[in-house]
Amino acid sequence: MEQIELKTPILVEDTRRLAVGDVIYVTGTVLTARDAAHKRILQFLHDGRELPMDFSGLPLYHCGPLAKRADNEWVVLAAGPTTSMRMEAFEDEVIRNLGVRLIIGKGGMGEKTSMAMKDYSAAYGAFTGGAAVLASKLVKRVKNVEWLDLGMAEAVWTFEVDKFGPLIVCMDSHGNNLYANVRKKAEKTKPEIIGGFNVQ
Amino acid sequence: MDPEATIVDVAVNLLKQAVTVLPEDVKNALKKAYEKERSQIGKLQLKVILENIELAEKTATPICQDTGLISFYLEAGSDFKNLEKVESALVKAVQRATKEIPLRPNTVDPFTQENPSDNTGSHVPYVRWRIVEGGSLRITAFPKGGGSENTCALRMMKPSDGLRGLKEFVVDSVINAGGMPCPPTIIGVGVGGGANIAMELAKQALMKPINEPNLNTQAAKFERELLEAVNKTGIGPMGLGGDATALAVKVEYAHRHPASFPVAVAFQCWAARKATAVIHADGKVEYLTYR
Repeated sequence: MEQIELKTPILVEDTRRLAVGDVIYVTGTVLTARDAAHKRILQFLHDGRELPMDFSGLPLYHCGPLAKRADNEWVVLAAGPTTSMRMEAFEDEVIRNLGVRLIIGKGGMGEKTSMAMKDYSAAYGAFTGGAAVLASKLVKRVKNVEWLDLGMAEAVWTFEVDKFGPLIVCMDSHGNNLYANVRKKAEKTKPEIIGGFNVQ
Repeated sequence: MDPEATIVDVAVNLLKQAVTVLPEDVKNALKKAYEKERSQIGKLQLKVILENIELAEKTATPICQDTGLISFYLEAGSDFKNLEKVESALVKAVQRATKEIPLRPNTVDPFTQENPSDNTGSHVPYVRWRIVEGGSLRITAFPKGGGSENTCALRMMKPSDGLRGLKEFVVDSVINAGGMPCPPTIIGVGVGGGANIAMELAKQALMKPINEPNLNTQAAKFERELLEAVNKTGIGPMGLGGDATALAVKVEYAHRHPASFPVAVAFQCWAARKATAVIHADGKVEYLTYR
């Protein structure tokens, strides 16, 4: 497990040297987006409209935070990752069009995203699901929030983060996928597991 | 004190306890999993989980940003006064808890996509009643996150598939779920009845204490065997590979129709949040999960 610190904007050279199983910590700017935000981003792209935020070279975090407004400022209380697979239908287009360099989430993503990551030198880092208080401590400041009309969880938040991690590289820009490897191994072990049952 | 106000206060406290502090049995099971984990990445996940639990408890902050869709399980004594006010009190409690704790607004109208921002809506909070003898009201608050809910599975199996088929379905469900339900999970298995009964039983199974084996010896043996099988898949903490895929498997069953063999698998993420209290007939409140 190699430990790597990354600063935003993340460069192509940075992601190219990442390999599945590496542990990374990100410092700089991170944007959140989940289901509804992805849908709206694609609608903007489709309509040729300019987005109110710039993703290029930045990590896109699958996260719907719990935040509180205090004295005209947002305070993030809990900001763990959400299940990335729900964004599978949209993510390849987002990567291809917006220059996102790192996807942060949990549970991994599918073949379409993996292809886009290969083509555009992007990677996927998994943050521990549910570790939301720890994540919020690594968010130093809310720099901006857009599309609050979608609800607190679905809005696009811009966070300033300090050593955000540990993120496990689960998909790299060379087409490797840690989740797929784990699944393949499980499928292979299955006959042995089922065969080992005592009760018929 | 106004009896309705008592129910509201108790339910708000239960929600606060549930989302900020994990029950002892869950914490202990996670610590044990950390000690035993052989995968380096898996161990790191469990370390982060344990740190997060401690931090949430210390700062009284929700463990996970997904504070769930809220259910209440009630055991109401038939002599408990004001039973007709309980459900409206629970709605008020959820609205207040959303602001006070706070909870993430998690109820979305499936047709309009509107979110009333107070965690209530049609059939939410979901309330499940059991009427028992006596004059007290036992309330369990059960906020459940969406990630582990989305991997729940139901299969209407053929009776000839037998217990072996059932086991294969459980193992398949765990492999298909991968890292999505935030393992190590607690897995509830509901067997028999009809489709709704099987899933209801699977959900109720999630509420049992981790270390208490099933009272039915056959079911208890089955639980042990399923846990061993599930942990042999190597899915591991957060689906990144390792030993700890599940902390426990809990089984509940109902008699089935001769032609049917429904099996439901309910997943509970490692943040297995629940809290119980009893309001006694004299108005005294006793908190059972966190004293």
